[in-house]
Amino acid sequence: MKTTGAQLLRILLERQGIRTLPGIPGGAILPFYDALHGSTIRHVLARHEQGAGFIAQGMARVTGRAAACLATSGPGATNLLTAIADARLDSVPLVAITGQVSQSLIGTDAFQEVDTYGLTLPITKHNFLVRSAAELLEIVPLAFQLAESGRPGPVAIDVPKDVQNATIEIDTLPEPGRRQPLAPCADELIDTLAHLLAHAQRPVLYLGGGIITSNATELARTLAHRAAAPVVSTLMALGAIPPEDPLFMGMLGMHGTQGTNFLLEEADLVLAIGARFDDRATGKVAEFCPRATIAHIDIDPAEIGKIKTAFLGLVGDAADILRRLLNRLPPQTRPTWLARAAELRASYPLQHPPRSEDPLHPVNLCRFLGEQLPADAIITTDVGQHQMWVAQAYPFRQPRTLLTSGGLGTMGFGLPAAIGAALAAPGRRVACVTGDGSILMNIQELATLAEENLPVAVLIFNNTHLGLVRQQQELFYGQRYEASRFATSPDFAAIARGFGVRGVRIDPATDPLAQLSDAFAGDGPCVIDIPIHTTENVYPMVPPGAANRHMLIAQPELTHA
Amino acid sequence: MPNPIPTSTILELIVRNHPGTMSHITGLFARRAFNLEAIVVVPLPDTETSRILLYLANEPKLEQVGRQLAKLHDVLSVRHRTDLSPEIFSQLINQIPSAPCNTF
Repeated sequence: MKTTGAQLLRILLERQGIRTLPGIPGGAILPFYDALHGSTIRHVLARHEQGAGFIAQGMARVTGRAAACLATSGPGATNLLTAIADARLDSVPLVAITGQVSQSLIGTDAFQEVDTYGLTLPITKHNFLVRSAAELLEIVPLAFQLAESGRPGPVAIDVPKDVQNATIEIDTLPEPGRRQPLAPCADELIDTLAHLLAHAQRPVLYLGGGIITSNATELARTLAHRAAAPVVSTLMALGAIPPEDPLFMGMLGMHGTQGTNFLLEEADLVLAIGARFDDRATGKVAEFCPRATIAHIDIDPAEIGKIKTAFLGLVGDAADILRRLLNRLPPQTRPTWLARAAELRASYPLQHPPRSEDPLHPVNLCRFLGEQLPADAIITTDVGQHQMWVAQAYPFRQPRTLLTSGGLGTMGFGLPAAIGAALAAPGRRVACVTGDGSILMNIQELATLAEENLPVAVLIFNNTHLGLVRQQQELFYGQRYEASRFATSPDFAAIARGFGVRGVRIDPATDPLAQLSDAFAGDGPCVIDIPIHTTENVYPMVPPGAANRHMLIAQPELTHA
Repeated sequence: MPNPIPTSTILELIVRNHPGTMSHITGLFARRAFNLEAIVVVPLPDTETSRILLYLANEPKLEQVGRQLAKLHDVLSVRHRTDLSPEIFSQLINQIPSAPCNTF
């Protein structure tokens, strides 16, 4: 079969199962766009390459399978970088394909030339500069294999224009790249872990995003009940355990509830599963779980002992390890410890005014959303106060229903990720909870949303501030508010209408929740601008660098209820 | 308890010999704030691999360095060469005769 590099790339992507491909064309990727003509792949035209990257991330985060995105050379590639780096820190399988100037021009400072290979090197699992059309046969399946195997992550493929245009004769096509199985964890280590769990008095399970990646959430829940161990969750693991489970203690760390962080102070065994001891979760790491022996299950051997020395490290797939662990662990009973956990949970609820007094308090808003939306609704967030309120108060009941930029903390993630989620999960409700700061960072994707006419509701928690910056300035910088207040506030409902999307601004004076329900009820995309208190803070809060037991809680004079 | 890990050592890597491999390795050291004192790379004859010796002096995160290197796709193996002494690097550089050359 005679084909061009561009056609071969298209065929290889089709064979990988790629059906939807977000991107933006440009000179150096045009041969590939030409090859897309008539393909089974549906291209989704984003309005900024970062949007394309986050649309692909939304698809990957919902399905667990690698998604691809497309950009041209130079600025197309640099615009993708943030989405790639974000995928790296949150272990999202992503294959980013970029056009590059022809090889004869590489190194000459040609038009739209940038060293995409060098730029993507530190933010990918692996990256490729394709030097011939024949190399595509090896590189494309390998890119997908690497993106999905072990700890997932982004892979970049830079394809010079002459490689896309080259003709090549091929006899056979390679098998699509697939997730490779891992070496199983040794039995003796699992025996030791079972022994630790059986002999601990105050064990806690500390779940990270890996529990969702490995589809082990049901096993984790079974283990918690078998071992009589309360469960704490990172931001990335929310949805793994439903909030009504009596053993679920919620999110730990900087904006976790007090009882959750106090429980970890008392634990004598902490079993971390697919968690990486991120500083937002641990606080001052030397004082994290001071009384506990640490056991750590992770698919990435470099995570064991990276931050905190583990007494026992088990490398492997969490689902496989938990299944084998459950075979070895008889049911445990720890009435005193479970009663203590229940007491801590009951003693330190989130502080917020009742709904009747303050329906637009962010915690009340998140709970209201939880009542309005079905259990399988997908929530994306941006980054800031609204993200933490969602994490604290929205009842995530299923895995992969919270899509949020946890590691990189990228404002601008929410809207394109919601578009990707809606593309990958037709028929499901998708809501993007964002702030008036974050939404402006990728607001151009409202054009993509309008074009695709997807059932995405964008809810802007509008406090006319960069709220989390303002909060830190209030608490830690002597209330010197520098550059955190927006002097002008756009009319987001009008902006939405300008893009052809339904736009609503909630009037706080007249039954705002009824307005919210009405706005939600319509079909198709909508933007709902919700005015919230301009100086509301997220509490509890562990000051950056402090131990998790030193949580700040709402001061009466600082609340506005 | 495990024995304390020494903080200086020589690591031997076998790597895929193609453009970009060195960038991945040196980039890892820069990105993760690891110290790298000396490096020697020689292609292995009749293979598509190279052998790299890395000298890490006073590197408290040695175990972490080894694990991160092992994760790189182009790194095929990582070994601690506790049998080698860092003098091999200075001997090597001293064997190169100094000569007057044109500068760019």
